[in-house]
Amino acid sequence: MIFQLAIASLFARALTVGMTILAIALSVALFLGVEKVRTGAKASFADTISGTDLIVGARSGSVQLLLYSVFRIGNATNNVTWQSYQDIAARPEVDWIVPISLGDSHRQFRVMGTRKAFFDHYKYRQGRSLEVSDGLIMDDLFDTVVGANVAATLNYSVGDPIVVAHGLASFSQHKDQPFRVSGILKKTGTPVDRTVIVSMEAVEAIHVDWQGGAQVQGQATPVDEIRQMNLQPSAITAALVGVKSPLQTFRLQRAINEYSQEPLLAVLPGVALQELWGIVGIAETALLVVSFMVVVTALIGMMATIFSSLNERRREMAIFRAMGARPMTILSMLVLEAMLMAALGALLGMALLYVGLVIAQPILDIAFGLWLPIDPPNMREVWVVLAVIAAGAIVSMVPALRAYRLSVADGMMVKT
Amino acid sequence: MTATVLQLSDISYRWMGNTGFSLGVTDLSVAKGESVLLLGESGSGKSTLLSLICGTILPSGGTVHIAGQDITTLSAGRRDKFRAEKIGVIFQQFNLLPFGTVCDNILLPLRFAPERRKRAQDPIAQAAHLCTALGLPKGVLTSKATALSVGQQQRVAVARALIGQPPIIIADEPTSALDANSQAAFLDLLFAQTAENDTALLMVSHDPRLGERFDRVIQMEDVAQIQRGTT
Repeated sequence: MIFQLAIASLFARALTVGMTILAIALSVALFLGVEKVRTGAKASFADTISGTDLIVGARSGSVQLLLYSVFRIGNATNNVTWQSYQDIAARPEVDWIVPISLGDSHRQFRVMGTRKAFFDHYKYRQGRSLEVSDGLIMDDLFDTVVGANVAATLNYSVGDPIVVAHGLASFSQHKDQPFRVSGILKKTGTPVDRTVIVSMEAVEAIHVDWQGGAQVQGQATPVDEIRQMNLQPSAITAALVGVKSPLQTFRLQRAINEYSQEPLLAVLPGVALQELWGIVGIAETALLVVSFMVVVTALIGMMATIFSSLNERRREMAIFRAMGARPMTILSMLVLEAMLMAALGALLGMALLYVGLVIAQPILDIAFGLWLPIDPPNMREVWVVLAVIAAGAIVSMVPALRAYRLSVADGMMVKT
Repeated sequence: MTATVLQLSDISYRWMGNTGFSLGVTDLSVAKGESVLLLGESGSGKSTLLSLICGTILPSGGTVHIAGQDITTLSAGRRDKFRAEKIGVIFQQFNLLPFGTVCDNILLPLRFAPERRKRAQDPIAQAAHLCTALGLPKGVLTSKATALSVGQQQRVAVARALIGQPPIIIADEPTSALDANSQAAFLDLLFAQTAENDTALLMVSHDPRLGERFDRVIQMEDVAQIQRGTT
């Protein structure tokens, strides 16, 4: 009955109570949302590459190499010569090696030149392979395989022609050699979804008539002639390497890092990811702290509402006292009320989070390639809700103790 | 002479702080089923006396016996429970919890008094019976307390004080918010019900015209001595 009365009392003050609950709900939604994006981003980063033992590129930073080779964020400062690539490929520790050539783009998407072996060895989300949802892996020199988001955004289907632009966000397009979509990949939740994949040779082919980033005037080699040319690349951007035995990883890494003909860098994807978390971690913590403070602010707001309601409710408390309620009962009623508000706020916040996720999921995917899964609440989120309720109880102790003292002093008589 | 339900002996109470005021009551008793009007001006210590009887404050000396129990020997928690069990309280006004229904309000004291709840047997039926007896409209139990007129609210307060038949009802100027006609009707109903339940009634008022309807009228200044101590 006390519970019923507490609910009735909350209903009687529906407007202020509603506002308080809304404030708590928004703060909880924000907190859980930040948490969701944080863990989602982390998981999606960690899921992007698996099964690759080493990433090799020109010497720069390990995080930079990881970012441009796997996540297509930023650019390589230098290339790896074809000679170096072959030297590494010839080493006894190497099980497989896949070259990657970046630098061209198609609309807003990056073009990656590679070998067919890429589809055999590139693994994501604990060892899953890339699969085509339609068409075939490229066969011809001018065949391309496009990621799921590329196909969806540009409305491509198998057989459609594609024109590749030189450089990123460039207007000089390689109009002479139209590519063809030969296959569309299934959605992976990785940067591959936003990549146009062509063969290494194709990247060479489109640059046949180009020198120093500009087309040579009046020169246009016919497609048939290009097909007859030796299209072996002179340099690549990076290479993914698998070793025969995990024990050899470090030996191979050291050998590549000490390669004397050219300054190279080999990184373990997992180690580079850890380094990346180290950098992102500070911003992540800051974001989490800010959203935590928002929750605290909402709870303090609730405390203020309860405080301001105390004066008008002294009469109520006197009635309860006259009916035989102890001051302790008054205190527990106020705490119960606060816990109800906090619980409703937290649950509403959770609901808001899911509504937000449903709305934001496709937007985040297209804009940032970040796929946030919509899962039922995990233990962590349940703990957050419980913590908010507990925190609500704790902050409400302040006005509740004041009510306790007032009701001891007032007894049944309110001196106004 | 029937048994007394209320007996105050040699009470002294000193107000908190340095006011230097103190209240003394040598002897005040109410017999079982008796109705007593306690007349006094405001500031004569009526409220303090009621608080002493209800046990929300403790005297520095003397005893307060209610239904045979000296409540000054009980702990604060026990006094609260004892009040719930033995005393029905009616205020001047604003008796009811505005967010509760009439039924919630009437049953409220039973929440804190298990024995009184047992005595009420079927509390909702008894609440309905009391409402009818007090002339409240049918179906009033489920309406919100705030939907009632002041006179009706006061009658609901009577029903609440009577439910589970406590031995004594303490009423603090329950008619002051009512006009003359309503006052008379209210008192008729109140007396009919206290008589039916054999409940003693101690009413505090400043209005001597009510006196003729009570078994006994006591002037506050006859039983209580206010001392204005010099500091």
